[in-house]
Amino acid sequence: MGIEKRLIDDTNIARGVEHATPERITKVIRDVLKGEVGARVKIYEETCMRCGACAKACHFSLSHADDPSYTPVAKLDKTIFKMIRTKGKLTADQIREMAQIAYTECNMCRRCIHYCPVGVDIAYLISLVRRICNKLDITPAFIQDTANSHSGTFNQMWMREDEWIDSLFWQEEEARDEFPGIRIPVDKEGADFMYSVIAPEPKFRTQLIYQAAAIFHQAGCDWTMPSQPGWDNSDMCMFTGNYEIMGRLKRAHFELAQKLRVKRIVMGECGHAFRSIYDQGNRWLTWKDSPVPVIHSIEFFWELINEGKIKITHQYQDPVTIHDPCNTVRGRGLADKLRDVVHFLCANVVEMIPNREHNFCCSAGGGVINCGPPFKSVRLEGNRVKAEQLRNTGVHTVVAPCHNCHGGLEDIISHYKLGMHTKFLGDIIYELMEKPEV
Amino acid sequence: MNALYNFAVGPLAWVAFTICIGGTIWRLWSLGRLARERDASALAYMNWKDAITSFVRWTLPFSTCGWRENPLLTVANFVLHVGVLLSVLFYSAHNVMWDYNFGISLPSLPDGFMDAVTIATILACLILAWRRIAVSASSHVTRRADWFSLLLVTGVMVTGFASTHGVGSEDFMALLHVLFGEVILVCLPFTRLSHAFLIPFTRAYMGSESISVRRTCDW
Repeated sequence: MGIEKRLIDDTNIARGVEHATPERITKVIRDVLKGEVGARVKIYEETCMRCGACAKACHFSLSHADDPSYTPVAKLDKTIFKMIRTKGKLTADQIREMAQIAYTECNMCRRCIHYCPVGVDIAYLISLVRRICNKLDITPAFIQDTANSHSGTFNQMWMREDEWIDSLFWQEEEARDEFPGIRIPVDKEGADFMYSVIAPEPKFRTQLIYQAAAIFHQAGCDWTMPSQPGWDNSDMCMFTGNYEIMGRLKRAHFELAQKLRVKRIVMGECGHAFRSIYDQGNRWLTWKDSPVPVIHSIEFFWELINEGKIKITHQYQDPVTIHDPCNTVRGRGLADKLRDVVHFLCANVVEMIPNREHNFCCSAGGGVINCGPPFKSVRLEGNRVKAEQLRNTGVHTVVAPCHNCHGGLEDIISHYKLGMHTKFLGDIIYELMEKPEV
Repeated sequence: MNALYNFAVGPLAWVAFTICIGGTIWRLWSLGRLARERDASALAYMNWKDAITSFVRWTLPFSTCGWRENPLLTVANFVLHVGVLLSVLFYSAHNVMWDYNFGISLPSLPDGFMDAVTIATILACLILAWRRIAVSASSHVTRRADWFSLLLVTGVMVTGFASTHGVGSEDFMALLHVLFGEVILVCLPFTRLSHAFLIPFTRAYMGSESISVRRTCDW
């Protein structure tokens, strides 16, 4: 029991630990606690009553019912509260333990806010732990690599500018067989909206760009995709704790939209990217709201459906269940709109329980899946409750409008042999929508 | 004993109340200043409507996930806090004291009822103590500070009950009761007991953030 008993080797964490002297650790912790944060952290540490009510919230603690070290309060007690208690006098090995807890055993999904009588913002505190670990270079290698990519290229996948543009042209060309006259308008100034995606889309889920283009084309949208760095709306730096780069990424994204003079930004089916513009990135930049209006695909599809612009030939007949992503539903209240869209598309919808803002996380979010193969078992063993929740629906199709959720759910489905598969809203709309006869 | 009691309810009480009120004002002022300096990104979203909504919701037993799924904690928590409030404000002996010292008092509830409230509150303290030992999610993270605040509240209730029901020496129990009360007053601004005046702020923020920014709820 306890993190000491389940430490996992990671090359980057090991390298960071080697260089973290006690003096440096104390300095970094004090700098962050005294220079970057203030009353909130102090009050949370003081008023957390250690009642353990949050144990019922967290999929990690529910999946490890006999091990209290997985409860949200235990994770705080072992990390940020310990940093405060000890005034930063910690060893590199202790920081290593904290890093594993903060990066791989908490998805920052915020389900615990529904359980804490005090109102402690646990995800905020965990992100603070990550910030400190990252400043000490003690961050899992795989997610650190995505952050490095963000720093070097402004996208998460080390994509070169020409590769990105080529991917768009390639998808446009592919789609022309099916939709004569279709365009993926690149850098079209003054369009109604700029469509932004995360870099894994051009890298290995390119069909999603195809599908989005098909949907927008059939709906008669006036849209564009940017060619310049800033096109990737993802933000792994938000999850590593490198807020300087997080801020730059968000700024670049919005400045691109402003340069193109679009009326608004529509984000693809990704949760964390959405979080980065309404929660963390904007605050780092001291923006209370976005400088350009942004909506998520869930809401955009909802608009298109309500305006009668998406026409389907038939409804999806196999029963489906809805997975509510943390960052769009618990984080931005899109539960009703998501249901409206799914019920429009599908004839038979079985709700999973709990659902909406009380849904269990996929355990991939918060950058946990991005910590890579070394930590895969952490999120799989840590989300047995999700497997049970999925199994209890008795359906074979899970609608999950979020990339991380897809990755996480597919892994859970395979690990627990649930015999299910996941779909994006775009997958179903594309499958069902009216297409031209060619 | 009498002189000691008079000292406890006289100068000592003034010191305790001064530290409690002064300490609370100082803590709120200094935390408020710190929040304005460093937590602007949180303060920016705070608003009264959402704060009150969240506060009301969490003030009703079993109306949130946290309360519903932790029934024993919920019952013990509400009995404890309501019991303490009723005892302080509406117990006849306390009102006599308020009246004697300040010429003001609130209406008193019947002594028999208040006895039941006191016993229920003591039981609630015992349940919470049991949780801190037996429920691993709580015992795993319980520290001395948590025991200390629970011990003070249990102590003040037990000695209060004992002093009026002939358990042990009445004078000694009354003295202990007063001393427990005064230690609570002195500790309130600086220990875990500060949740009494800090929780309204944590709830206000979480309510505002959840309802206005996250467009959902915090229950």
